[in-house]
Amino acid sequence: MDDQILRLVGILIDSFIPLLKAGLMFTVPLALISFALGLTLAFLTALARISSSKVLQSISRFYVWLIRGTPLLVQLFIIFYGLPAVGVTLSAFPSAVIGFTLNVGAYNSETIRAAIQSIDKGQWEASKALGLTRGKALRYVVLPQALRVAIPPLSNSFIGLVKDTSLAAAITVTEMFQVAQQITARTYEPLLLYTEAAFIYLIFCSVLTHLQGKLEVYSSRHLTS
Amino acid sequence: MITINNVRKKFGNLEVLKGINLNVKRGEVVCVIGSSGSGKSTLLRCMNTLESVTSGTIHIDGKPLDDQTTKDIGMVFQRFNLFAHLTVLENIMLAPMVVKGESKDKLKENAMKLLRKVGLEQKADAYPNQLSGGQQQRVAIARALAMQPKIMLFDEPTSSLDPELVGEVLEVMKALAEEGMTMLIATHEMEFAREVSDRVIFLDGGIIVEDGTPEEIFENPKHERTKVFLNRMRKSG
Repeated sequence: MDDQILRLVGILIDSFIPLLKAGLMFTVPLALISFALGLTLAFLTALARISSSKVLQSISRFYVWLIRGTPLLVQLFIIFYGLPAVGVTLSAFPSAVIGFTLNVGAYNSETIRAAIQSIDKGQWEASKALGLTRGKALRYVVLPQALRVAIPPLSNSFIGLVKDTSLAAAITVTEMFQVAQQITARTYEPLLLYTEAAFIYLIFCSVLTHLQGKLEVYSSRHLTS
Repeated sequence: MITINNVRKKFGNLEVLKGINLNVKRGEVVCVIGSSGSGKSTLLRCMNTLESVTSGTIHIDGKPLDDQTTKDIGMVFQRFNLFAHLTVLENIMLAPMVVKGESKDKLKENAMKLLRKVGLEQKADAYPNQLSGGQQQRVAIARALAMQPKIMLFDEPTSSLDPELVGEVLEVMKALAEEGMTMLIATHEMEFAREVSDRVIFLDGGIIVEDGTPEEIFENPKHERTKVFLNRMRKSG
């Protein structure tokens, strides 16, 4: 019995560093890069959606419809396993980045659109009356206020993304969950390894939740009286 | 200075302005009175291109209204519309900074000067939601003045204020009028209109029913509709 406990503790300790390393080298960068690119895409999509151009509106709506209506895992398989059939061969990490970026872009474009539209029309009118162009009004007046509204749902989305990166294991990215699977195959201790991986995800997400709180306080500083 | 020629404005099938003709001279203070829905706000909003006119023309110093000429027009709104995420000082500095690209130091000095003018220099670092309605509206006036307009439009500037806060805003406007600013004011403050304006215009159903000096309009209105309106205002006031 003691031997068994010692063995488990040994596996736990031996696997912690490889798991954490996979988390820091793949999970975190995958999430950060995809979120940064995805937010840019989401912003452009939201602008297209609220623009006066019917064509841009349609493109934006089609993209959101397509991505939201299909499973992320299936999208990743299409990009990594499917596209080589038409001559587009990407390695695993970029495939994952593309898949996640497209998802972050689609879901958060709606968040950003709603946040922009939640800002009182009077803010646009005051900007115009002061001579600001629409672009400048958006940049200096509307977006800073919209961002405050958008922080909670965007943080939600980012935390969701950190966990969704585990799907990249299915297209051979050696992120944290993939490494947990590899160690499990060697040690036959699925409960231990997957719980350990879950614990590290929990730590990552706790850090993010903490940062979200700080960001909310900072962005609401004009509301405290 | 302002020439409004046969301006009509339709929202769908509803014609709100039915052919407005109006000339305002430099330095003139004109109060526009009339019941809600008479077209006062719409007229002012058309003059600042917040609404486009359906037909007719508006000229400023002989030039048609466009992005360039509207730079000479400042506007104060009923609901203040201060930028909620910026401090009082930043509210005043934003437009000159991003529209005219002026240097921050110079702007700050000018902004403080404007705040002193509206009596709020001690509130420079406050956010709008920390101010009373009257204070917010005074900041809004300072903000509009920061762009050095030649004409100021006031769209019912005291209508959303608690009664005890109306006076402080009217004081600021009165001082502005005495400095010679050209002003167009849509208002329900009859006492103020009588005291400050050079001319009063009574708007009803989208047309100018009567146009004259405060004495002519208030003491000796010619039209029945003007009399009815003024009587109603006296009763409610």
